[in-house]
Amino acid sequence: MIRFDKVGKRFGDVSVLRELDFHVGRGERVTLIGPSGSGKTTILRLLMTLERVTSGTIHVDGQCLSHMRRGDRQVPADERHLRQVRKKIGMVFQQFNLFPNMNVLRNITEAPVRALGVPREQAEDKAHELLKMVGLADKAHAHPSQLSGGQQQRVAIARALAMEPEVLLLDEVTSALDPELVSGVQNLLRDIAHQGNLTLLCVTHEMNFARDISHRVLMFDQGQIVEEGPPEQIFTEPAQQRTRDFLQAVLDA
Amino acid sequence: MITINPCSAELPGALGETMPFLCDGTVITLQSAIGGSVIAIAIALPVGLMATSRHRRARAVARVYMEFFRGTSVLVQLFWLFYAMPLLTGFQLDKIFAGVLALGLNLGAYGSEVVRGAVRAVPRGQREAAVALNFSPFQRMRYVVLPQAFVEMVPPMNNLLIELLKATSLLSAITVADLAYEGRLLVNSGSDQLIVFALLLVIYFLLSYLITLLMRFVERRAARVVGRERPRRRAARTVEAAR
Ligand SMILES: Nc1ncnc2c1ncn2[C@@H]1O[C@H](COP(=O)(O)OP(=O)(O)OP(=O)(O)O)[C@@H](O)[C@H]1O
Ligand SMILES: [Mg+2]
Repeated sequence: MIRFDKVGKRFGDVSVLRELDFHVGRGERVTLIGPSGSGKTTILRLLMTLERVTSGTIHVDGQCLSHMRRGDRQVPADERHLRQVRKKIGMVFQQFNLFPNMNVLRNITEAPVRALGVPREQAEDKAHELLKMVGLADKAHAHPSQLSGGQQQRVAIARALAMEPEVLLLDEVTSALDPELVSGVQNLLRDIAHQGNLTLLCVTHEMNFARDISHRVLMFDQGQIVEEGPPEQIFTEPAQQRTRDFLQAVLDA
Repeated sequence: MITINPCSAELPGALGETMPFLCDGTVITLQSAIGGSVIAIAIALPVGLMATSRHRRARAVARVYMEFFRGTSVLVQLFWLFYAMPLLTGFQLDKIFAGVLALGLNLGAYGSEVVRGAVRAVPRGQREAAVALNFSPFQRMRYVVLPQAFVEMVPPMNNLLIELLKATSLLSAITVADLAYEGRLLVNSGSDQLIVFALLLVIYFLLSYLITLLMRFVERRAARVVGRERPRRRAARTVEAAR
């Protein structure tokens, strides 16, 4: 479903990812862990086409993100190509990023209506359904600023799901929340992960959550994969010293 | 109730002598200010957006326009439009139109800066969320960025419109019969200076206060759009009502 081939990404002189290769299968749920600055967010942003690779290629469902075919040549992707690829991908951000100029319902329906051309009525039915699923059935007409952080993040999750993505990217979606709100959002995501056949790519520092939802954990350091494996193995008997150090540091925090 | 027409020649003493003329001037001043605002805003929006564009050429065009019109005085621009252009092109603009155009071009340059600043002030996360939701570039601007930027634009636009109102007095330099022009005419023809100048002061102040009231209304509407209703003020009112 997702394939990174020798992906490099630099910001100016800083090389953030180097020759990164990895693969995520359809329906697979993968958690990225690693110290701050190791490039986890950058990977998700590359997938969401918020950044462009410096070298190498990324494929999602067989489609290249950065280039497209014109005749028999590969040319840099244009906006139309990008929108085609983005259809398959959704993202939930650490800071929610709900649109403050819309109420909850419109936050959820606006993109399906505008970007996919779904009839508004149909989009609203779907939105109400999603709101019920995330436990906010009564907040459709509330304004984002009237919601708690946890509620805002639930709306953001509903908003991403309304676009029916095949891949969902979660970037530390609970780290901006007050501690008492974290578990609610995690439980919701756990349910979503286990019901659907979403391909999930998740960055988190919550190791229990990672253990619950993922098939596989990738440990990053300095833009490279240090170690990977099923969560039971990574969390209980990591093979690499760097992974042990990192997990220790997280536990101490 | 007796209503008094402030423009009537029947008013007692110096007021009756001066107010009819000052009222005529006020109408011209208002017309110029409104015309200038319409042009300024019509320029500021596209040029301000161009200044935030990804395309270097669009940004360059916007920059040149903004720097040029901010860097030269309204008065000089006015002279060019009204006196120099006919010499160069043989085309004579109507003086009020030349005046309104100069005001619009000049304040439009400042307005572009306001629009640019407001658009750039929309948090990056908002655009990124809109990208992640697969909005087209136009839709991102139209449904996400602009509505949020608009709120930021209103207070500085208020200042600009007041600047524009005051700048209309420059039109008297090309003999547009605006408020300032009528005032000077009255003084030259023997009316009491102190009274005329005091009246000018009051009328300009009232006009700019009118603009402020109008913009406050717009600001409140816009703030509601992004859910920034002042809850404090509302709460205060409820407390008072409860007493
Ligand atoms: N737009 C940018 N410009 C310059 N440098 C950047 C930019 N974005 C990220 N970086 C750098 O890239 C490196 C990796 O950043 P990234 O956000 O991917 O790390 P991360 O693994 O998500 O870390 P964290 O756990 O703190 O979120 C960091 O050193 C960061 O400073
Ligand atoms: Mg990060």
